[in-house]
Amino acid sequence: MKVRVLIRPKAGILDAQGQTVERALPALGFDDVRNVHVGRLVELEVDNPARVAEMCERLLANPLIEDYEIVTAAADGART
Amino acid sequence: MSATESPHRALGLTDFEYDLIVEKLGRDPNGVELAIFSLMWSEHCGYKHSRKLLGQLPTEGPRVVMGPGENAGAVSVGDGSLACAFKVESHNHPSAVEPFQGAATGVGGILRDIFAIGARPIAVLDSLRFGELEHSARSRYLLEHAVAGIGHYGNSIGVPTVGGEIYFEAPYEQNCLINVLCVGLIEQDKLIRSAAAGVGNVVVLFGARTGRDGIGGASVLASAELGEGDESKRPTVQIGDPFEENKVMHCSLELLDKGLLVALQDLGAAGLTSSASEMASKGEVGLDIDVRRVPLREADMEPFEIMISESQERMLCVVEPQRLDEVLAVCERWEVHGTAIGEVTDTRTLRVFDAGELVGEMPVTALVDDCPVYDLEPAEPASQMYPASDPVIGAGLEQGATLLAMIGSGNLSSRRWVYEQYDQIVGSRTVRRPAQADAAVLLLEPDAKQSEGPRPALAISIDGNGRRVACDPYRGAVEAVLECSANLACVGAEPLGLTNCLNFGNPEKPHIAWQLSRAVAGLADVCRSLSVPVVGGNVSLYNEGGGGPIFPTPVVGMVGELPDARTAGRIGFRDEGEVVALVAAPSWKPSLAGSELAKLRGEAPAGALPTVDVGEIGALHTAVRQAVRTGSLSSAHDVADGGLAVALAECCLSSGLGARLELPTHEDPEALLFGESPGAFVVSGSSRAVRDLGEYAEILGEVGGPNLKLRGHGIDLTVRVDALELTHGEALPSLLQ
Amino acid sequence: MNFGVIRFPGSCDETDALLAARRVGDARLLWHTDRDLTGIDAIIIPGGFSYGDYLRVGAIARFSPVMAEVERFAGHGGLVLGICNGFQVLCEAGLLPGALLPNTSLRFTCRQVELEVTKSRSRWTSACEPSELLSIPAKHQAGRYWAPDPVLDEIEEGGQVALRYVPGNNFNGSSRDIAGVCNRAGNVMGLMPHPEHAVDELTGSADGLKLFESALAMALA
Repeated sequence: MKVRVLIRPKAGILDAQGQTVERALPALGFDDVRNVHVGRLVELEVDNPARVAEMCERLLANPLIEDYEIVTAAADGART
Repeated sequence: MSATESPHRALGLTDFEYDLIVEKLGRDPNGVELAIFSLMWSEHCGYKHSRKLLGQLPTEGPRVVMGPGENAGAVSVGDGSLACAFKVESHNHPSAVEPFQGAATGVGGILRDIFAIGARPIAVLDSLRFGELEHSARSRYLLEHAVAGIGHYGNSIGVPTVGGEIYFEAPYEQNCLINVLCVGLIEQDKLIRSAAAGVGNVVVLFGARTGRDGIGGASVLASAELGEGDESKRPTVQIGDPFEENKVMHCSLELLDKGLLVALQDLGAAGLTSSASEMASKGEVGLDIDVRRVPLREADMEPFEIMISESQERMLCVVEPQRLDEVLAVCERWEVHGTAIGEVTDTRTLRVFDAGELVGEMPVTALVDDCPVYDLEPAEPASQMYPASDPVIGAGLEQGATLLAMIGSGNLSSRRWVYEQYDQIVGSRTVRRPAQADAAVLLLEPDAKQSEGPRPALAISIDGNGRRVACDPYRGAVEAVLECSANLACVGAEPLGLTNCLNFGNPEKPHIAWQLSRAVAGLADVCRSLSVPVVGGNVSLYNEGGGGPIFPTPVVGMVGELPDARTAGRIGFRDEGEVVALVAAPSWKPSLAGSELAKLRGEAPAGALPTVDVGEIGALHTAVRQAVRTGSLSSAHDVADGGLAVALAECCLSSGLGARLELPTHEDPEALLFGESPGAFVVSGSSRAVRDLGEYAEILGEVGGPNLKLRGHGIDLTVRVDALELTHGEALPSLLQ
Repeated sequence: MNFGVIRFPGSCDETDALLAARRVGDARLLWHTDRDLTGIDAIIIPGGFSYGDYLRVGAIARFSPVMAEVERFAGHGGLVLGICNGFQVLCEAGLLPGALLPNTSLRFTCRQVELEVTKSRSRWTSACEPSELLSIPAKHQAGRYWAPDPVLDEIEEGGQVALRYVPGNNFNGSSRDIAGVCNRAGNVMGLMPHPEHAVDELTGSADGLKLFESALAMALA
């Protein structure tokens, strides 16, 4: 099964990348942009998606500084 | 490609060249062969417009261990057991399209050239050219991303970036220059060449997997002028992976250290095609390569794509069959996909197979030696080729304000914003970091258990002021070499050898051909006079964007040696009260023609550069070098861009100390302050140390106070050092905002 | 005394650490797959970009075979120093509190910085006087030390902050100017600046030698 893991900085931690993008967008005429955060996308194929959360906790994300969200293919399709 | 255009023209070959290929093969080439010929006969690989000129350069000398023709040149250093390998190379066109990856892979490519001959890279310097930052968002973008790319690659692989130079000039607006010089060290008896040898030996490819990166890059990107539609060229830019290169470098050095290789060659422009052809040519053998054995990123690649892919971080080596398992085991340890892809034959042809089926067969001599070489048709332009720049400084401005405006300008401002993005110290050899001295100084041996004795070191400088070459290609090129030699003298180093990168416009145009031939003549003459051999280099032609040709820009990199790094010179004054002197050749005659001040006043790059007596200046460099080596001078700095006043300001900036000085009488006070010409230095130290320089030295005054204060006939200049620091330091960051 | 310096694929400063350690003792390189730390008195995890730092700085290195042994070694009170990327690895491994985030400038920065030695439990600064100033170069793109406020309070009160940036030197935006921290026992320390690049006046400063001398004093004690 295809799984996507979206990883972003935890709320409250200075996200320097996100802030830089947020400052850059108005210069291009995009004035109504708020709360920009830059994170990572990890795509993987697994037989047992139940273990992806454990992968996130141990390797894919650092729970101290990052939140993660697991999106399975079915759910992804439903969202778009 | 238009539907009616023939394939060979789309690939950059002329009808004449195509007919020649048919003649050499005795038949029409197939698609694979045509792609291979188009790359091998491109300017980038074949040097078809520059090869004849380059023959003028002196390449021999007692210290030369490896001259032009190999992956890099090398000179003997230290006690004679070590060699210093070095080379400068351009990555201009890829960087103009995608500056981060272009510059990063430029660093990666030159690093591979150095470790391909077995040397461990110890330093990188770079020479960059962009348009004027004030007027150009594109130039700001290119600078920021190119610097980030250089840092990304060099920092990640663990080789320090220890120096370099940058100029901002309008003619580079559409066509920036990214030249990177790498220096490496190797025990002389371990130098390895790239000649394939030994019929029956195995050809092994290791490093990254091969993808569609840079397909057509060498011929399409590097040998045609950039113009509209650069965006569409983006897919052909190579992507660099410094982590892979780190592993490939360690793997290469381990293979060589264990004596497992017959030959080694990096894969650069034109990928496997060029590497295999060059190795076979030098070894006077043939090679069979089966492209289906090459580890691929995308399984459906065509044979021609595999042969010309410019995927980065790959090396090709030749191995005796009984050592193959050992070689593959080392590759395995470094996780770099070592794969046997072919073998050395006695056929003197390059044969390409696709899973055993022959898909291309070409005589090696046809690929490497039979590329047509063209005569240039130089013609001196009747009128000024480059427009005047916009005036920034008014002629009526008083001298102090003029100095401040100059050191706050793009070309003379502090480079701290740039060099702080580079790891300058990894390797533990860096004795002089950027802005501390006129040349980078690196220890030959970083292990200092014997800290008591002398610490032999290398010094490296890179230079090339295109505006001066635009004024006079011959004298401008001479000045670039003299500037490097002067920089080395300031740290106490004697020149050993030189590498150059000739960045010019389209040589098929007579005026560009004239610039190129005059500049090469200048390089040849000054190198002969100074007895500094040219051990390698690179040519980058067709540097023309929509706005016309770049300034003719021969970038010179020079390597020297000093017996003891403990006495290496510095730019900055050291103590209050020490004496400051001007040390100049008797014929030194600074003039404003082609100077920074002339440019900032909106004058076109024109006018006669001062004539120089190279013999006299060489003797001056020797005197300064010897004085620095005694350790009795506190500082030594050469008078270069911006003239004497800027040089003095730089001594203040580097130390935070002011100076009170009386300048000699000169018929043109402004030329004395801001005029440019080779052949002068500013030094400081005890009055006795300065007097030891003899007739060359003229004492100007002493270090001290919060101001740089200059007096003299027609001269009255006082500027606070903290004002200099602020203007100089903030200029580049504020131009980028 | 014997130092072991770990080399991961992608390490950059391992040779520098080796040379620095050899100024006070013997030192050898350990490969990331090594599992034998026999005879080693102190471990140095050097700077660089282990495994390319591709997922997250230090994230993959912490799972290498040698790190399992380092965790055991540290648990028994063995001396462990993580420099730059090594600091990041130790935080990822949970041997040190906190995390290293991208510099606020988002740029790689290489600069000589002034550090103040804090009175702490760190055995790696035991040869320094409290409040002593050290001039040491720093060079990194992800060196902003961060931990939740309660954790910062706890490590400050518990004597786990070993080094701070002197005002004006905290270019990466680290919380409370923290440049180096140790574990509760004081045997494991991490710092972003590079003491192994400050062991010779000729190359800029010899102040970093104090950390290696501290380790030597501890090993002999």
